[in-house]
Amino acid sequence: MNKRKLIALGITAVLALGIFAGCAKEEPEAAPAPETEAEARLSGTVSVVGSTSVQPHAQKLADAFMAQNPDTKIDVQGVGSSAGVKAANEGAADIGMASRNLKTAEKEWGLDEHVIAYDGIAVVVNPENGVSEMDTETVTAIFKGEITNWKELGGIDKEILVVSREAGSGTRGAFEEIMDLEEKNAEGKTVSAVKADALIAEGNGAVKANVASKTYAIGYISLSYIDESVQPVSIDGVEPTVENILSESYTVARPFLMLSKGELTDVAQAYLDFVFSAEGQEIVAEKAIPVK
Amino acid sequence: MDDTRLYAGKAVEEKTYKMKENKARNRFEKLVEAVFLFCAFIAVLSVAVITLFVFARGGPFILEYGIGKFILGRQWQPLGDVFGILPMIIASIAGTFGAILVGVPIGIMTAVFLSEIAPSKIADITRPAVDLLAGIPSVVYGFFGLVVIVPLIDKWFGGGGNSLLAIIIILAVMILPTVVSISEAALRAVPREYREGSLAMGASQMQTIFKVVIPAAKSGILAAVVLGIGRAIGETMAVILVGGNTALIPDSILDRVRTMTANIAIEMGYAFGMHQDALFATGVILFIFIMGLNILLNLLTSKAGD
Repeated sequence: MNKRKLIALGITAVLALGIFAGCAKEEPEAAPAPETEAEARLSGTVSVVGSTSVQPHAQKLADAFMAQNPDTKIDVQGVGSSAGVKAANEGAADIGMASRNLKTAEKEWGLDEHVIAYDGIAVVVNPENGVSEMDTETVTAIFKGEITNWKELGGIDKEILVVSREAGSGTRGAFEEIMDLEEKNAEGKTVSAVKADALIAEGNGAVKANVASKTYAIGYISLSYIDESVQPVSIDGVEPTVENILSESYTVARPFLMLSKGELTDVAQAYLDFVFSAEGQEIVAEKAIPVK
Repeated sequence: MDDTRLYAGKAVEEKTYKMKENKARNRFEKLVEAVFLFCAFIAVLSVAVITLFVFARGGPFILEYGIGKFILGRQWQPLGDVFGILPMIIASIAGTFGAILVGVPIGIMTAVFLSEIAPSKIADITRPAVDLLAGIPSVVYGFFGLVVIVPLIDKWFGGGGNSLLAIIIILAVMILPTVVSISEAALRAVPREYREGSLAMGASQMQTIFKVVIPAAKSGILAAVVLGIGRAIGETMAVILVGGNTALIPDSILDRVRTMTANIAIEMGYAFGMHQDALFATGVILFIFIMGLNILLNLLTSKAGD
């Protein structure tokens, strides 16, 4: 009995200690070691913070980079484009990420912009809908709620169900900017002009699922999410394809940005160089349109 | 002689051994007690820290933005710094109220059936089935709602299907296990003599159930309802998937709505600065709702003790 109790107590103690295990802070990475040999190995930590759309690319790039440079640590965090721009400006991150163009106010901060890739945003409808071409004004009018019935577009007499994204989403931000879906409110602040009763889906996948399951829905998603379950709409006669975005004839596209301010650390510069290397761009090309 | 001596020797040995063990045992008892105390303290600490954190982040925002403007505002335009959560509050209340309206009668009837009527064979199938409902993750409920209930509503009533009605249906099913198991426990706690007395007076079984047993279990059943409300108002994932998340006050049961929980969950990933504080402030309001429910629950259960 005694022994058992001891064991039980021991286990309890270990379990109790386990509570604190998560609290243990990782040892801060050693500062870049003084270069001893001719070509010292890169070491140090780089924080990359920002857009959740760029994050998966940055993470994959970071994994490949770290595999080549074992003494480095690239810390990628997805917190949203606006937060990423801010972090780069304030020096909270070495590199910021954004999945939209910088706003006028942000441009004044003097950040270095590096376009690492492009991503198209496609307007999608249900394949059974039949409509597959629109002009920019029509898309804007639909999302503003000025056109509310498919029969106005030569379709069936059914109400249009607009599917949009949550506020703060980079895809939504870029789409609203390109499609002129922004307006000023009474206080002079820029707010979304997308009709208020739009269905809000969380993430590209959810938008796709909603459009795929509802015949009268219309939504917008990142080009990389398109498959046969939804019908991409040609805008002003141009199909949303990688080629058309590269030739700049399809304009509903946004850049994936990496942002920095001032002098970069050696490791950060090396990471950025890697992003633009042939190997880096190949990784980007898996889901987005590379710049090289 | 030998035997006795041995016996005596053994007895003495045993005695000292026992004494030692008792001392050691006491020490362990104290130690284990300390471990228990420590664990209990972690729970208390967590509640305190979470409360403090949510209020510290959300509280100043509410005061700064204006509590009236925040709670009664009808517009939610976070990028334009317009934060009104009246639509979300109404959606949370409407969704929960609807779920209670649908789920509670079903739940209580199930509980009555299980405790009063069901032959043990049927009860043995029904009870585990109800318990199993409690174990299904809410995202699975949500996904089921999205692929089954939402298209059905769209087919029958139009409008896309993502609606307050879909939320009500899903939540009504989700609160069933809570309502059933607690109501059943309350019904079983009613003394057998009550039923015997009623039946002896010539009342039928149904009369006994509705006029004697249910009234006697009233406070327990009310506690079940309050816990059901708590489950419904706090539900997030399922509600996001079927509700449509439109931040507008619903005019009808077929309108898309966004609950307070959904508001926090879908925008937290992107929010920073004032927007993030506004989401914490939404959490504060939700917290106040839940605390109110808990106080109500305590009042009800303490009454049950009388």
